[in-house]
Amino acid sequence: MMAQIQHDTDRQNLGAKKFAMWIFIFCSFMLFAAFSSGFIVYSGGKGHGLNVALPKAFLYSTIIIALSSVTMFLASKAANAMDHAKQQLYTILTIVLGLGFLGMQVYGWYVMTYQMQVFLTDPNASRSFVYVITFMHLLHILGGIIFLLFALGGSIKRIPQVKNIYRMDMSAIFWHFLDIVWIYLYVFLLLNSN
Amino acid sequence: MSTISVQDHGVHHHDGHGHDDHGHHHDTFLTKYIFSQDHKMIAKQFLITGITMAVIAMILSILFRIQLAYPDKAFPLMETLLGRFAPNGRLDPGFFLSLVTIHGTIMVFFVLTAGLSGTFSNLLIPLQVGARDMASPFMNMLSYWFFFLASVIMLASFFIEKGPASGGWTIYPPLSALPKAMKGSDLGMTLWLISMVFFIASSLLGGINYVSTILNMRTKGMDLWKMPLTIWAFFLTAILGVLAFPVLVAGVVLLIFDRSFGTSFYLSEIVLNGKVMPFEGGSPILFQHLFWFLGHPEVYIVIMPALGISSEIIATNSRKPIFGYHAMVYSLIGITVLSFIVWGHHMFVTGMNPFLGGVFMITTLIIAVPSAVKTFNYLATLWRGNIRFTPAMLFAIGLVSFFISGGLTGIFLGNAALDINLHDTYFVVAHFHLVMGSAAIFGMLAGVYHWFPRMFGKMMDDRLGYLHFWLTFIGAYLVFFPMHFMGLDGVPRRYYAFTEFESMSRWLSVNTFITWAAIMSALAQVAFLFNFIYSIFFGKKAPMNPWNSNTMEWTAPVEHLHGNWPGEIPTVYRWPYDYSKPGAEEDFIPQTVPLSETMSSNQEHDFEDNEIGLEAHKQWIAANRKNEEVK
Repeated sequence: MMAQIQHDTDRQNLGAKKFAMWIFIFCSFMLFAAFSSGFIVYSGGKGHGLNVALPKAFLYSTIIIALSSVTMFLASKAANAMDHAKQQLYTILTIVLGLGFLGMQVYGWYVMTYQMQVFLTDPNASRSFVYVITFMHLLHILGGIIFLLFALGGSIKRIPQVKNIYRMDMSAIFWHFLDIVWIYLYVFLLLNSN
Repeated sequence: MSTISVQDHGVHHHDGHGHDDHGHHHDTFLTKYIFSQDHKMIAKQFLITGITMAVIAMILSILFRIQLAYPDKAFPLMETLLGRFAPNGRLDPGFFLSLVTIHGTIMVFFVLTAGLSGTFSNLLIPLQVGARDMASPFMNMLSYWFFFLASVIMLASFFIEKGPASGGWTIYPPLSALPKAMKGSDLGMTLWLISMVFFIASSLLGGINYVSTILNMRTKGMDLWKMPLTIWAFFLTAILGVLAFPVLVAGVVLLIFDRSFGTSFYLSEIVLNGKVMPFEGGSPILFQHLFWFLGHPEVYIVIMPALGISSEIIATNSRKPIFGYHAMVYSLIGITVLSFIVWGHHMFVTGMNPFLGGVFMITTLIIAVPSAVKTFNYLATLWRGNIRFTPAMLFAIGLVSFFISGGLTGIFLGNAALDINLHDTYFVVAHFHLVMGSAAIFGMLAGVYHWFPRMFGKMMDDRLGYLHFWLTFIGAYLVFFPMHFMGLDGVPRRYYAFTEFESMSRWLSVNTFITWAAIMSALAQVAFLFNFIYSIFFGKKAPMNPWNSNTMEWTAPVEHLHGNWPGEIPTVYRWPYDYSKPGAEEDFIPQTVPLSETMSSNQEHDFEDNEIGLEAHKQWIAANRKNEEVK
């Protein structure tokens, strides 16, 4: 009987914690909304248009992160089916793709700086915005990878299924959000690149 | 011997774990008092840190008030106390600006955001909605420790060579973006930014937790419309924080890039110390937009918890249901929504398009409507109530008074045309110190007096409370009321001395008067501090429900338990404002009393979605009528 109550309260608490993740996503969304509206206000000024064709690297990174969302989904599915081997495989794949995304973004900065001569310290701060926005998104990616590592560790250690699913869910919610935010940011920058 | 007792202890622990479903039985000093995850302990940590910060900020204000009253006088004691910040006993002009900046920062963020929301949201949310603890006690603990770290970093800036940040609490660029612009733009500004990053992290961790707890962990029967107004206020405050603080993060990130990485988001062509700076094309107004998009909701983050607290206290101590419960909730929601579309009224004189200024003026003035609804509801609750003037009640009424007198000048300032004259004068200082400064502080103090028994299991001394109230209440009006006239005469804020200006030097006598009033109200706080600390240790032991209140926190035992209630969490059957209900035996019916136990006081509208209950009620009425006829 007590065990049942224990179980119930735990489950409720996990639900509330998952809900907290959703609120955090609202938070994060506001951050990027602030950057985009800052960009709009700034680039509305005279001669402040971006005027940069975004490097191809950002397109590749978009493909990578979209793929990682697929592997994330497969990992969650495997976790729900209690297939630990598959869950770990797909989680590792997601982490690798996440690191690939990170690398590709950094490569994008490299291309912008060294090949296109578009610097972080450009007098036209619209261009600095590209760096800052991608940088802040990368910080989130690092956070997402930490979540994924937690989920992976839990799966390897065979923690109870309820907790395993909880950790997977937390990472999945966050990771899909990062994917969607990146696509939003990429499209936003594309549309404003003239 | 000792081995045996240790073993006994171990066995006991084991037992405890077997039978208790939520115990932290291995509490050490460290986990109980330092890294506690119990919301009640975290609330106390927030409160005591908040009070400490408030005292520091108050002392800062007294220092700059002395400068304003006696701009030509030297106080050797000042040099002894402040060293290089007061050479020859006179305050250094740069340090004067630091004092103003840090006073504002500490008061707005550390006292009235973290100290107020942190304390009472943590204490009351789980207790009033009927939860064992917060959604994530660990995040809650982190929230406090980030806040603590932020406080330490902010105060540490007094101990560095160039002194704390001095660009005003709004840290407008370019002063804040160019480290070499003045002393206070250097390391002090960097520390300010680092401190605020931790502070924002703390606020977000806290806010996310509050929202999640309120939406997910209410006890049985506690639907949204049975929640006390305190919870509604904390809930909407947390939502405001969660949506507004990230925008400040964005603004601050861009500022950090400008300061340290050479970008020009906010910096335009500028010459510094005769040297042309490489910046180009930035817009300092962009920072103001980002800052005030947080900054304006921030003032509601400050005042709404205080309004919620006073709703509860005024209803309890008038022994009347709160007037217009639904109107109170909707006006809070109205304030929450409107607060996001009024930030432009801080920027009327930045060269804003007059049409846009007009739009912001209209949205700003609309906020007067929900604010007035709340004010009238407080007054209507007090009207013909059976008022008990406890210290908490006096402070809550004081809040209403400040909210009215400070709110009235908001109508002047919200006007784009009048603002040309009033902007950055003492009129603004008077306005916000009354409407959000004094009012919110009074709400916080009311909360401390009211929930002290809940926090510490002891009662505070009433007579010291009355002394504290009257001196502070009169003192605050004496300090801030004259400032309106100075502002109307065009005396600008943040100036070091007015003796240099022919047109303003005549205000010196008023400044002297204000300073002495400020010193008097500062001394009055000693009565509070003594009362607070003394009562924690030697106060009268508190009964379980000292104010005969209806809300759930008073149904939990005085001794704090991790998990709040020893057995099952009580179920809620009614709204929290059944005070002096006609036909009831006592003048209060706690939320946990079922309607079936109060047949004589039930009304038809108590059974809105409850057919069976309504039937039983009608039968009881019929039977009761018969009895009366017999009489």
